[in-house]
Parts: sequence; structure tokens; C-alpha cells
Amino acid sequence: MRKHKYNPIILMVSRVVSPFIMIFGLYVIFHGHYSPGGGFQGGTLLAAALLLIRLAAGFDIAQIQFKRILGTPLGSIGVLIYFGTGFLAMISGGEFLNYGFLPFAGFTEAGLRALGILMVEIGVGLAVMAILVAIYDDLLEGYPHD
Amino acid sequence: MYWEIEALLFVFLIITALISLYIKDLLAAVVTLSAFSFISALIYTVMGAIDVGFTEAVVGAGVTGIFFVVLIFQTSRRSGD
Repeated sequence: MRKHKYNPIILMVSRVVSPFIMIFGLYVIFHGHYSPGGGFQGGTLLAAALLLIRLAAGFDIAQIQFKRILGTPLGSIGVLIYFGTGFLAMISGGEFLNYGFLPFAGFTEAGLRALGILMVEIGVGLAVMAILVAIYDDLLEGYPHD
Repeated sequence: MYWEIEALLFVFLIITALISLYIKDLLAAVVTLSAFSFISALIYTVMGAIDVGFTEAVVGAGVTGIFFVVLIFQTSRRSGD
């Protein structure tokens, strides 16, 4: 990590493996209703795919994939999606996060609940992914990037 | 349910925990700690808590190991003063 800029074998393997981890993370997020997993686990898998590239290719090359300044805004957007879903249900007359009251036309009650759970999972996954990558970037602060 | 597998996993769990506590090399300690997390995830799965085991496998064996490795590479072997 210090002497060599990067190892081509490790970089090649990481480039091949990382998209599969991302696909699996998206699968876990979008099947969070009826299978093990959910927003947190899927977001952590997405963050692991990003961190693998950051570890293998170095900080500067990985900026092409996911910029450092994106960490905190994406985390805030994820939290806003979560609370927005909750407050949308609250404004429409239900309780906080009562998905049955979401104001979307053309859905049955069960469909509305499934959609609400999916929106919350997407928000949680986005927030977890961005914050974990931001933690990694903050850990590297003050260290000479190579 | 499968008490033989559980007993074997508990033995491995204690072995990896002791190794990661008493080993000198920090990098080897991180690797054995990841193995500890993975074995505990297997124990959760055997006990029927698939969700908890999944979380433990992803967080404990994946991201925490990366964070610890990065932190170890920022330390130096001798103190500066």
C-alpha cells in the first residue's frame, strides 16, 4: 500500500468482482420485503463494493467512481427519503410511517404498504452506503494518498 | 437443532477469539477477528436468525475488516518521540 502504486492483479480481480457485489446489494435492497436482508445490509454491500475499488486502486483513481464530496450529501438525501416517506403518510392523515395512507393513486392497500417499505429501504440503503464510504475517506485524511 | 455443528462452531469461535486477543501482529489480529465474525454469523444462521447472521457477515467480516486494515496502515511501529 505504501511502496507500490497498485498491484495489477489485485486491481483486475477487484474490477471483476465489484459489479457483482453491487448487483447483489441491489438485489438485497429490492427484495427486502420478503427475504432476509433489507436497506442496511444492501447498503453495506454497496459500500463494500465501493471500498474494494478504493482499497485496490488507491484513493485518487477511485474518485472517478465515487467522489469524496458526494458522501455527506448522499447520506442526507437518504435520510430525507426516509423521513419524507414518513411525513408524506403523516400529512395524508395517518400516523408517521403508516404506509397505508401514502397519497399515491392506483394502488391497493397492500400495494401501498409494499411501495412504502421499498421507499424506506432505498433511503436507508443510500444513507448507509454514503456514510460508510465517507467514514473510510475521513479515516484516510492526513495520510498521503497514493 | 443441529447441536453437533453448533458445538464445533463454538469451539472454533473460542479459538479464533483467543488467537485474535493474544497474537502480536495487528494485521493477523484483524484477520482472525474477521474469522471470528464470520463464525459467529454461521452460528446465528444455524440457530435460525438468518437476518442477524446476514448483517453480521456483511458488517463484521466485510466493512469492519477494511476499516481496521486502513487504520493499521496509518500507525507506525515505533513511537515518534
